[in-house]
Amino acid sequence: MADRDYDVVVVGAGPAGLAAACRAAECGRMVAMLDDNPHPGGQIWRAAAGKSPNAAARWVQAAERLGVEWIAGARVFDAPEPQRLAVEMVDEECHVRYRSLILATGARERFLPFPGWTLPNAMGAGGLQALAKSGMPVAGKKIVIAGSGPLLLAVARYMRSHDADVCLIAEQADQSKLLRFVLRLAGHPAKLIQALTLRAGLLGVPYITSCWPVSAQGGERLQSVTLRRGDGTTWTESCDYLACGFGLVPNLELAALLGCRTSKAGVPVDEYQQTSVAGVYSAGEATGIGGLELSLMEGEIAGYAAGGSPDRAQAHFGARESHRRFAAALEEAFALRQELRNLPQPGTLVCRCEDVTMERVRACAGWREAKLHTRCGMGPCQGRICGGAVEFLLGWQSESVRPPILPVRVRSMTE
Amino acid sequence: MPDSVTLSVNGTAITVPVGAMVPTAVAIAGVSQYRRSVSGEPRGPLCGMGICFECRVIIDGRAHCRSCQVVCQPGMEVLTDG
Repeated sequence: MADRDYDVVVVGAGPAGLAAACRAAECGRMVAMLDDNPHPGGQIWRAAAGKSPNAAARWVQAAERLGVEWIAGARVFDAPEPQRLAVEMVDEECHVRYRSLILATGARERFLPFPGWTLPNAMGAGGLQALAKSGMPVAGKKIVIAGSGPLLLAVARYMRSHDADVCLIAEQADQSKLLRFVLRLAGHPAKLIQALTLRAGLLGVPYITSCWPVSAQGGERLQSVTLRRGDGTTWTESCDYLACGFGLVPNLELAALLGCRTSKAGVPVDEYQQTSVAGVYSAGEATGIGGLELSLMEGEIAGYAAGGSPDRAQAHFGARESHRRFAAALEEAFALRQELRNLPQPGTLVCRCEDVTMERVRACAGWREAKLHTRCGMGPCQGRICGGAVEFLLGWQSESVRPPILPVRVRSMTE
Repeated sequence: MPDSVTLSVNGTAITVPVGAMVPTAVAIAGVSQYRRSVSGEPRGPLCGMGICFECRVIIDGRAHCRSCQVVCQPGMEVLTDG
């Protein structure tokens, strides 16, 4: 298997990864940036990097100018020895060696199971947006957006701008919690309350708080969604797509494989974004959900630190702190309500890979027993989808990560 | 450089803009079921970003391709419900 050798390797080419790669390269290091997608930009900047001028294009162009080697379609599946990663590309495999590593692996959506959530065209909120950004036509489609978090508003705006018919946004959080969040942050609360609650309304889309989906109906594909308000009333909306996500969860598999300490909130890091493993840094959503600005800031700090310029990293410490306070307030405002634990019915599938129902999972004492007895979390996604659900529904933490951390070709394992 | 590419989805010719990912072509073909689950349920994309494996299709004879991470190429043959 071919060997490639760099001073600094960055895994993930979203905002944090791009910022980290650029700053490390500015320090004169040989830098490679890997991502499993065909283009840099991550999910938030998906397809935006080609359309200059914008921040995404500026970072991508800077990385090119600074000589960062871009390795597309690269899936890291093992770390066979210290300072070495095993990577599968579209048609080849390679080993990538590094002196410093920056994990900018981002986050995925949290999905909660309810009857009908497995129907075709019932997707994640970010999931539908990702497909639309990569070309899938949504014009004229009726879309219900549901779940929790600021992403729902961003998705609604994007869908509207592409001529979709957005029926409504169902946000599970209470209006009072959202208002408290705004009041805490704002010097001009009235304006900000309007901004938050009417943002979607200004577009003509109802933004309904204390509201969540309880079931989806359809045959070969989704036809309607039943929603419930906090007061117990329910109604059914017919639609072409359901875009539903309950916030984000960090991608921790690679950090765990490398032996870094992790928690359910993310990879703990020191002030230079270094993990519990020396020479391994982490930045962006993988260290805790914090949004675009915080990801860029953390990426810059990690890049400077890994590049050997801690003094330049220090210049960003203050700004990072203020973004972290905002992230903490956001998390509190959009915390998931306890009623959502009752979403899955006994026969609702929790594990979509192995088709394991809620009653079978609930009968187990923990992850290990569930895996052994039901195969929950043992399919191709390796628990990446059901893991976030089970953590919320039953309080189970995923216990161990073993290579390969993704399904790979037999050839990738044997060469 | 042409601004569109033509590929096939389940034998039907579909034209998409250059750079579009495979789910674009599958949607234009009017297909929402990408695969069947282990118990036979119809399934389509969930995460849109290569995590969930629900959008698996056969591309040019290669099984288990995550369509949401594959760019449409001229002449590509996509089969769903594999």
